Amino acid sequence: MTLSFLKSRELVLGVAILALLLAIASRFPAFIEPANLAKVFNDTAPLIILALGQMAVILTRCIDLSVAANLALTGMVVAMLNTLYPGLPIPVILMVSILLGAVMGLANGLLVWKLDIPPIVVTLGTMTVYRGIIFLISDGAWINAHEMSESFKAFPRAVFLGLPVLSWIAIVAVTGFAVLIGRTALGRAFYAVGGNPHAAVYTGINVGQTQCAAFVLSGALAGLTGYLWVARYAVAYVDIAGGFELEVVAACVIGGISIAGGIGSVGGALLGALFLGIVKNALPVINISPFWQLAISGSAIIVAVAFNATSTRSKGRVILKKAEHAQ
Amino acid sequence: MSVSQANETNPVRQVPDRLRSPLQRLLASWEILLLGVAVAVFVLNSFASPYFLDPWNLSDATFNFTEKALIAFAMALLIVSGEIDLSVASIIALASTAMGFAVQLGAETPTLVLVGLGVGLLCGAFNGALVTGLGLPSIVVTIGTMSLFRGISYIVLGDKAYTGYPADFAFFGQGYVWWVISFEFVLFAFMAVLFAVLLHKTNFGRAVYVIGNNPVGALFSGIRVPRVKFALFLLTGVMSGVAAICLTSRLGATRPSIAFGWELEVVTMVVLGGVNILGGSGTIPGVVIAAFVMGMVTFGFGLLNVPGIVMSIFIGLLLIGVIALPRIARRMLAARRG
Repeated sequence: MTLSFLKSRELVLGVAILALLLAIASRFPAFIEPANLAKVFNDTAPLIILALGQMAVILTRCIDLSVAANLALTGMVVAMLNTLYPGLPIPVILMVSILLGAVMGLANGLLVWKLDIPPIVVTLGTMTVYRGIIFLISDGAWINAHEMSESFKAFPRAVFLGLPVLSWIAIVAVTGFAVLIGRTALGRAFYAVGGNPHAAVYTGINVGQTQCAAFVLSGALAGLTGYLWVARYAVAYVDIAGGFELEVVAACVIGGISIAGGIGSVGGALLGALFLGIVKNALPVINISPFWQLAISGSAIIVAVAFNATSTRSKGRVILKKAEHAQ
Repeated sequence: MSVSQANETNPVRQVPDRLRSPLQRLLASWEILLLGVAVAVFVLNSFASPYFLDPWNLSDATFNFTEKALIAFAMALLIVSGEIDLSVASIIALASTAMGFAVQLGAETPTLVLVGLGVGLLCGAFNGALVTGLGLPSIVVTIGTMSLFRGISYIVLGDKAYTGYPADFAFFGQGYVWWVISFEFVLFAFMAVLFAVLLHKTNFGRAVYVIGNNPVGALFSGIRVPRVKFALFLLTGVMSGVAAICLTSRLGATRPSIAFGWELEVVTMVVLGGVNILGGSGTIPGVVIAAFVMGMVTFGFGLLNVPGIVMSIFIGLLLIGVIALPRIARRMLAARRG
């Protein structure tokens, strides 16, 4: 029953995306040329990667609003590392960014796990703290393209088998997540914790620890995206990816991941992110001001959550209540 | 389904043998603790900067919190009832944009006030209808409307700004009623009393507490839960409209980025004021003191030339700290009792 619903949800979204592409193509055929679609995918890659991490968090009945700030802080740190030690090899940079992101995710996770603070409050707080730290370490200054080493900037753009590395990382992340969610005990635990925390406790799952793991995962992916983002746009400053956390949540909600936890799929998160990415890239093509973007993603969240609710009405409405853990 | 949920989510509470005396309870209350912090901040500030104790400076300092506090009063009721509204800052943006638009059409001050309040009311009704009508979680709905409302402002304004507000419109944000007492401060004091009476002395206020503690029980005791919640969203919308009028009048211009990030500060103010983020408890006097603390801290940092973003670190830490510290303290007390 649940499975068939999930399938149909992805089908609906898939059809919506196809219809959207056809509608654009009817007036601007160049938009659906493979080269352009690859470009759109590459552009959406950061959103896809972050949506996967956010999905794990939302599955466990939490929410992570600090991802964009985490991304920006990690991006700034690796950019500063790069200006100080231009010879640092890329694998080291990647390791640093993933680790740093994971540590920030761990901070969120521990506050939720050990102190039982509602995730929304924790991540609203750490969101501003992480952003503020960027200002403290950078003094509000920008790190521009000429201060970064060539190899640092080249990595996400390097083309491998016809696609940029950034796109490949998104593909690897999606595949990895499909395995993690569908084939491992941790993946099942995410669903169990979100679906029914009390039952999860009785089956021997540590609810807080699982939620903490989801936050670490989300943080690590945000950190990785931080490096990719800064290297791709070749600039780091306090406000990069400002407000991006809302787009990430929007992608998840549009992808049919229930904010009440326990329902959602990797395919849904991917399609939700692609939907937003296509809309974003299509706006300038069909000559609509980019200022429409914010209102469109807001409307998409509302429509999607209303759509989700028709099938998950019994899932409870007071999300803040959901933050309480089974002891 | 929801009955069993209500039982599940309320852990068993230890009931003491007898209540502590009223004086003990008062002394141990969050409000008194907070008042101590407020006094400490005040004293520290007056030592840190010689300019702090000037009456006009203190009067200026009140502008740091009056507009946010107006929203925080309504938000406190909403959070006590177990819901939340993250779209308040975006309602300010939309209401301000609508007022700016009305100015372009030649509207006078009374019309502008009506437009501001009206847009706030409509936005609140929209949130309320989605939450109570369709039964959606308020946190996602208001994250959505947060983008939507500000998004509409961006569509209307883009990178431009509305200016040219009528001269008498400036009174709401810049006017003084008597000596250093600003109109905004009087409005703040009036609303504080009004909301304190509403929450603590009326049937409606009792209903808000009951809903926050046990929505199912509230329903069975004859409280029309959706209607009360809808009213609270309306109230939050209207108060955001009021804040929009004050802020727009004070700045004299509207940009789509107006009041960006205020939802965080408003929620922080409410939580700092001792309102339980999970609903069910909290007081308006607490929120009033929290408003003073936050305003004084912001102002003190300003006098010491601390940049705004560093203050936001402080506010973020404050938000987490005020929730974490009582929990840590309770845990340590429990550990000591064995």
